[in-house]
Amino acid sequence: MTLPRKRWLAVGAAATLFLAGCAGGTTGGTTGGTDGGEGKPAAISQADIDKAMKTPTELTFWTWLPDIDKEVALFEKKYPAISVKVVNAGNSQAEYTKLRTALKAGSGAPDVVQLEYQHIPGFAITDSLLDLRPYGAEALKERFVDWAWGQVSGRNGEVWAIPQDTGPMGMLYRKDIFDKHGIQPPKTWDEFAAAARKLHAADPGVYLTNFPTNHNSIWTGLMWQAGVKPFQMKGADQVSVDVAGETSKKLASYWSGLVKEGVVSTDADFSDQWFQALNKGRYATWLTAAWGPLFLSTSAKETRGKWRVAPLPQWTAGEQKSGNWGGSTSAVVKMTKNPIAAAKFAEFLNTDPESARMLTTLQFLYPPTKALLSDPGFVEQKSDFYGGQQVNKVFADISGTVPTDFTWLPFMDQINNDWNETVGKSLADKTDTAAGLDKWQQTITTYAEKQGFKVAR
Amino acid sequence: MSVMTVPPSRRASARRDRVGYLFVAPFLIVFVAMLVAPLAYAGYLSLFREQLIGGVRFAGLDNYIQALSDERLLDGVLRVSRFFLVQVPIMLGLALLFALALDSGAMWLSRVIRLGIFVPYAVPGVIAALMWSYLYGPQFGPITQLAEALGLPAPDLLSSDLMLGSVANIVTWEFTGYNMIILYAALRAIPTELYEAAAVDGAGAWRIAWSVKIPALRPALLMALIFSVIGSFQLFNEPALLQRLAPNVIDSAYTPNLYTYSLAFVSQDVNYAAAVSFLLGLVIVVVSYTVQLAVARRRR
Repeated sequence: MTLPRKRWLAVGAAATLFLAGCAGGTTGGTTGGTDGGEGKPAAISQADIDKAMKTPTELTFWTWLPDIDKEVALFEKKYPAISVKVVNAGNSQAEYTKLRTALKAGSGAPDVVQLEYQHIPGFAITDSLLDLRPYGAEALKERFVDWAWGQVSGRNGEVWAIPQDTGPMGMLYRKDIFDKHGIQPPKTWDEFAAAARKLHAADPGVYLTNFPTNHNSIWTGLMWQAGVKPFQMKGADQVSVDVAGETSKKLASYWSGLVKEGVVSTDADFSDQWFQALNKGRYATWLTAAWGPLFLSTSAKETRGKWRVAPLPQWTAGEQKSGNWGGSTSAVVKMTKNPIAAAKFAEFLNTDPESARMLTTLQFLYPPTKALLSDPGFVEQKSDFYGGQQVNKVFADISGTVPTDFTWLPFMDQINNDWNETVGKSLADKTDTAAGLDKWQQTITTYAEKQGFKVAR
Repeated sequence: MSVMTVPPSRRASARRDRVGYLFVAPFLIVFVAMLVAPLAYAGYLSLFREQLIGGVRFAGLDNYIQALSDERLLDGVLRVSRFFLVQVPIMLGLALLFALALDSGAMWLSRVIRLGIFVPYAVPGVIAALMWSYLYGPQFGPITQLAEALGLPAPDLLSSDLMLGSVANIVTWEFTGYNMIILYAALRAIPTELYEAAAVDGAGAWRIAWSVKIPALRPALLMALIFSVIGSFQLFNEPALLQRLAPNVIDSAYTPNLYTYSLAFVSQDVNYAAAVSFLLGLVIVVVSYTVQLAVARRRR
């Protein structure tokens, strides 16, 4: 209750925005106007690009990656005329809030910005991102795994960003706990359920896994794996929302069943509790993404050597499918005054071989480029934390099994938040998760309609 | 000389008036720029509606009408009202008790104790909430571990039944010292003659506390109460931080302020958030005024 003044500050900030907005934000840039056929902007000539890359320019780059200036230095070495100012504007949501503020104000936005895949449509629909096709981005398509490229592509073929990292999902498991109880790494979700019951019966202090109810990342990843297409843009103002269909209900009855039986815990993840629980062996598996293994090795040091990696269990035996959790991109903000330099920086950062490799070794990102995913120097690394297993190899194989047609809607913040209060709440409270799904469907529909969209199921 | 029509005194006073405005100007500029203008702008915003498809349009009082029948907002207001009715009497009662005890001079180490009770107020709210969320932790928190060591069932302090109490506990811990200092300062300002007169009349320590000190504290208590009204209805930090631990118990509309925040930054609905803020402001004004009126009437 310490905030009598907070509200004033907020409206004060809003007023500043308004005043700045009145001053009129003219968007710089040389794009737009000319039409390259089928609504596609004309390509920029190589001569223009060469000229821009030799003109002294300062770019601003917002990112939350630590030590990214090492990769930036590579770019500046290649293009000495251009200097890049790296600004850490906060992690994901914090950065997006600042970006929206700057966009509304018409000034103060960066040239290049780190965006997660699922937030691209939200910025694309407000016309805030630069279509990178005129800058030669289409030629990069073949370098990236299909499903990552699909996430940065617009409905009319626009290229809104360059993929930076991905998070194909797999399963990390405690080999020591499995061995102790004679459990084989489950290959199907049925085996997984049986193992969950067996393990918890044998040792009530241990759960086969924890299903966090504080965010829907895992849920969304599992929908993705199961082949659900919950969020689709059907037209400029038409969306389809399908989060409570038959397959989603199957997911709901599966997970709420395990939770109600008490054989799977529902602790909030990335909390103090959760870190301690990982270290103390409360969870025998962690359903996570390709960035998970390195994260775990630094946050659960006490369990070194006890973990192994496997693909996610499957709904149908013999199949291989996965989903994605997380990962981000580099996008160019449309109001940039230096679109060519900005677009080339986004491209260089994520496709230059040395820079792309550095992203995996310095920032521990999991790559979306086919080159790295088939590079023995990357996939054949052995990790002591995982008993010498080739962790990257396992995830490189998984990366090829992620369905390519999963897309997002322009208001994922709201959708994600609503999940906590409907599906997540029903799991945590052990109530009817199918009803929670219906409620989620309904809240998303209500919000979308209020925003002026026509909603189909 | 009849040429001088304006009496010199009036002209001088007019000049003095102008000089007066000059002196007030720095304040006025800041006041208008930082308070009046933003407030007016927020009011202006609250009359519009912006959509991802369709853009901005004038909405009149639609946002207000929607807010008045918004169950999530009403639930939040009721929740903080309950919080106010239970937590504030406890906090002010404790503050009064400590202030009287300190003032009586009968307490050992009174300086150390005074500082000890005040220190939580100096701890930033974020740190306090983090510390308490560790203490409340349902698996490895010390309260749970103590209960387990004693063989008792551990209370789930983060469950939906106990959450409001857990928040109230943090707030009480934080603000008792602050209110105690306000009351203690008021006690020190009471003229000693009153005590002497009371002693001559044969009043003991308890009687002095009841008949002299507490009546003299009324204005200070009223001020503490008004602050608490505002604080309760603006509850934000503590639930916002505990939300990470219990995301399904504290939803985005747990308190009206949390709801406003989520409307503005999650739903991107600044217009509706502005309308909700205005209504919340109105609620606070009404409750504060009612409290003040009730206290003033009793005095008569």
